[in-house]
Amino acid sequence: MPDGNHGPFEPRIVAFFCNWCTYLASDLAGTSRMKYAPNTRVVRVMCSGRVDPQFVLDAFARGADGVLIGGCHPGDCHYQEGNYKMLRRFHLLKRLLAQMGIEDERCRLEWISAAEADKLKAAVNDMVEKVRALGPLHLAIPKEEFAEEEVAVS
Amino acid sequence: MTKPKVAFYWCAACGGCEETVVDLAEQILDVVAAVDIVFWPVALDFKRKDVEAMPDKSIAACFLNGAIRTTEQEEMAHLLRRKSQTLLAFGSCAQLGGIPGLANLWQRESVLERVYQECPSNVNLDGVRPSRQYRDNGHSVTLPTLFDTVLTLDQVVDVDYYVPGCPPTPKLLLEAVQALLGGNLPPKGAVLAPDHALCEECPRKDTRPDKLMLTEFKRPHEALIDEEKCLMAQGLLCMGPATRGGCEALCVKGNMPCTGCFGPTSRVKDSGAKALSAFASLVNSNDEKEIAGILGNIADPVGTFYRYSLPSSLLRRKRVEA
Ligand code: SF4
Ligand code: SF4
Ligand code: FES
Repeated sequence: MPDGNHGPFEPRIVAFFCNWCTYLASDLAGTSRMKYAPNTRVVRVMCSGRVDPQFVLDAFARGADGVLIGGCHPGDCHYQEGNYKMLRRFHLLKRLLAQMGIEDERCRLEWISAAEADKLKAAVNDMVEKVRALGPLHLAIPKEEFAEEEVAVS
Repeated sequence: MTKPKVAFYWCAACGGCEETVVDLAEQILDVVAAVDIVFWPVALDFKRKDVEAMPDKSIAACFLNGAIRTTEQEEMAHLLRRKSQTLLAFGSCAQLGGIPGLANLWQRESVLERVYQECPSNVNLDGVRPSRQYRDNGHSVTLPTLFDTVLTLDQVVDVDYYVPGCPPTPKLLLEAVQALLGGNLPPKGAVLAPDHALCEECPRKDTRPDKLMLTEFKRPHEALIDEEKCLMAQGLLCMGPATRGGCEALCVKGNMPCTGCFGPTSRVKDSGAKALSAFASLVNSNDEKEIAGILGNIADPVGTFYRYSLPSSLLRRKRVEA
């Protein structure tokens, strides 16, 4: 896939999808031959509540331009509380990401049921477009450069 | 018999870690009897050239505290690595980046701007800034330069062991010295402290509820803190569950919540994210607005969860626009 260095920038989105809902929605989108942006790398998790904030940071640190988390609608989590736990963590995580200079649009939480292939398609397409507009994340630690300070005073 | 040679050095540090050595009190005599201190700038008059003159690997162990954020500190880390058989990252700053590591929310330019220009207590009408070369009266000095990004010691050189803490306790230092002298060291890369969460050794652990839900987070100055009850159960951000033990719960015994200076246990990659996750999960609400309100009292998530570990975290620093 083009990575920005070779050809136009294609956002890389890491998607953590719940096994019981959003993952099935992506399956459904596939079997119904729905067309949507091919930029997501899907990681199947048993519940959105399993998405440790470390996973999100790790994805960004390893080159993701965006992270999408998909879980069951409120009240529908197979483990009762998992999606609510995710919702609470997501709020604090987003504030942390903002402090670290990572834009709002790069991390997103969606409730998408197994039947909502359309909603999945819309969410992925929308996110890819927004991240494309932002450009690559580029988290590399910049090289230290001192040359311009070698000037003498006095 | 010649005694093993030991060095102590400081980089981007506050001096607190040096205090640990002094806090050995009488026990420092046992240490001095057993080893030969060949370099310790804070207390003894040795110079860099003395270290340069030593044969490679002639220092048995070097305890280096402080993060690395200047060209000089980087050079000294390389020099001491070359001269030492065992290099220990001593204290949070050397191990994780420490308090100075929070400068990774800024860059050199913004740090200098703040410190030399904007800071209200400064008078600097000429806008003088540190520069690399300074000439005066025919003499010229070269000053070290500040980095954009604060680094941990092991991001610069190979590190053999870590002694955690801000600062480490004298007990941990003594145990490390004894392990070195006795030759019974754990595998390379180990943190020389117990590998369990602080809660395990906390005198309040029996009052920590199994299932805890909170509707409010308090900062220490906003609460009348009960001296017996688990601090987390009182709504304080006690980092005990996400922090390595070994300090014997000094802060909790002083009725203050743990702020996380001992860093993560071996099972955690990014202690800040882990603590964030743990505290957010305690919020007793399923409503987005209400959740935001309850978490709103955590005013500075990075400063709270990465107080000692930003440079060693997964993201390492605030993003710099390419
Ligand atoms: S670890 Fe703590 S005590 Fe040691 S130098 Fe850093 S800030 Fe000071
Ligand atoms: S949360 Fe803090 S006060 Fe409570 S048991 Fe753990 S270390 Fe002790
Ligand atoms: S099972 Fe789908 S979010 Fe919990």
